[in-house]
Amino acid sequence: MEHLLAPLLAGMLVAATPLIYAALGELVAERAGVLNLGVEGMMLLGAVTAFAVVLAGYPAPLAALAAALAGAGASALFACLALSLATNQYAAGLALTILGSGLSGFFGHRFGSTSIAALAPWRVPYLAELPVLGPGLFVQDPMVYGALAAAAATAWFLYRTKAGLVVRIIGESPQSAFAIGYPVIGIRYAATLFGGAMAGLAGGYLSLAYTPLWVEDMTAGRGWIALALVVFATWRPWRVVLGAWLFGGVSVLQLFAQGAGIKLPSEVLSALPYLATIAVLVAISRKPATLRRHAPWSLAQPFRPDT
Amino acid sequence: MLRLILEPRAAPLRGMRLASPLIALACTVLISIPVLLALGLPPAVTLRNFFIEPLRTANGVSEWLLTASPLVLIALGESVAFRANVWNIGAEGMFTAGAIAAAWCALHFGASAPHAALLLAMACAGALGGMAWASIPAFLKTRANTNEILVTLMLNYVAGLALRYLVNGPMQDPAGLNYPQTAPFEPAALFQPLVPGLRVNGSIFITLGAAAATWLFFEHSFLGFQMTVGGDAPTAARYAGYRPAQLVWVGLLVSGATAGLAGMMEAAGPLAQLTPVISPGYGFTAIIVAFVGRLRPAGIIVAGLLLSLLYLGGEAVQMAQNVPASLARSFQGELLFFLLGADVLVLHRVRLRRS
Repeated sequence: MEHLLAPLLAGMLVAATPLIYAALGELVAERAGVLNLGVEGMMLLGAVTAFAVVLAGYPAPLAALAAALAGAGASALFACLALSLATNQYAAGLALTILGSGLSGFFGHRFGSTSIAALAPWRVPYLAELPVLGPGLFVQDPMVYGALAAAAATAWFLYRTKAGLVVRIIGESPQSAFAIGYPVIGIRYAATLFGGAMAGLAGGYLSLAYTPLWVEDMTAGRGWIALALVVFATWRPWRVVLGAWLFGGVSVLQLFAQGAGIKLPSEVLSALPYLATIAVLVAISRKPATLRRHAPWSLAQPFRPDT
Repeated sequence: MLRLILEPRAAPLRGMRLASPLIALACTVLISIPVLLALGLPPAVTLRNFFIEPLRTANGVSEWLLTASPLVLIALGESVAFRANVWNIGAEGMFTAGAIAAAWCALHFGASAPHAALLLAMACAGALGGMAWASIPAFLKTRANTNEILVTLMLNYVAGLALRYLVNGPMQDPAGLNYPQTAPFEPAALFQPLVPGLRVNGSIFITLGAAAATWLFFEHSFLGFQMTVGGDAPTAARYAGYRPAQLVWVGLLVSGATAGLAGMMEAAGPLAQLTPVISPGYGFTAIIVAFVGRLRPAGIIVAGLLLSLLYLGGEAVQMAQNVPASLARSFQGELLFFLLGADVLVLHRVRLRRS
């Protein structure tokens, strides 16, 4: 069993990383009152962009940046509809997911099943030498640590800065924020673009590190799981990280089950993250009062300053 | 500075509701021209391959109707759910559940049962399979307050994995050389072609019947009226004593039944056996069909024919010009984008204002 622990921990961290990026981005957008169901589509666009940039011979950091820009660009399309034209946010998000998956399939087609060199791991000085925990937690690619830094930064921004306070006020009551003089639509745009950039990064992580091999629809529902994580985390950044680790743990159970000699069809194990998502949604939604207390009041409600 | 603003209209512009799908289609085609040029594809040829070539032969028309039929049927059910503001995006999973249930009937009774009885049993099994799958999100939504969007979406993946497991295990063809597929269905378990040599079959009449039933439901039933009111004005619906939980159940069960039935039609039609992947995203495309069809049966039929043409067009350009068929999915997304944008003009007018 012990020889399994390090790969299990490592697998958990790696599987959690794209979920953390995507869910943190969506969390900020939702805190501003914007529900963008297009996370899956933006992740796919980020994935195909990062893959293409690396394949063209540019370094990985540039690929990650390009993925973030692709995600932000896609979310700008959503924002035009949902914020400027105040359309139904559900429908606009679905349209973005369909468009993103179509475009990523279209541009990714030429990659066949090409593979690229995965992101190289960083050895954290000293800590990497620890037994079990060292190889498990402290020899990871930089984006794994970046996700934790992003969680810290998001928490700091939301709770310790004035701008974060304004974002939260707009999510609670855009009318009051507008009356005080805040540009509600502009700030919602910024939050949505941030969400898009983070979803793009999450997708970029998938193609740069997680499966550095082109697979169509490689997100496999992770964008939707990230949306569920935001609810599960009751819109709080650090709980997103905890939730993502939980999901990471569920997705590496496969490795564990094989090691422990448990004979289950691989499909059952593959279904676990999806079933776990449903289970946590049930657990968190059973008490409507908890959700109502934490959910941004204006979530998914269009705001129109002119009326 | 001049600024564009949206001003609410006193009354909805009814003509715009019908015009906006056409505007959206025109915008989708227009925006594709520079994209195709940038990709080095002659737009005129590509668009002709997309929209006209597929319909030039009898076989093409047959395939067009055959693809439109499940799209329309699923979208009819979705329109019932969407009208009540129930966001079922799990039609793909319900389609799969229906196909599995129907296949089970076909494999068990295919050798012994008479043709008509078997097809009827398969249709019932398909509808019930879809309803069973839909009852999970309905139960969780009404009892545990879970978000139906996320639950139905997750269940799509679970249904896909269940199908993969079944065709690799319990339902695998014992004589199939270990390929992941069920045994081919007996002829008694298949719809007969309407015209010999073409694949289009009698199942399209099920879809037409469902369209008529949906029309009756919306126009002439109290429950249909409740669904519409519950979606448009939930507060008024509660005040009138309508039970929100009932609307959720009806919306999900009806859309589950139609998606499951569509899965049966596909299994007993063009597929004739189950393989690990049975749907080219019909469940998602049907959402667009429902919106483009304005959540009305007649509109949904027209929209289903349009989006079916997009599927065929995608395959046609892939074959003729080696353009990935995902181009069709991008078109679908664009179409929905432009539709939502154009729909703003139903309730608003654009004004220039000095600020």
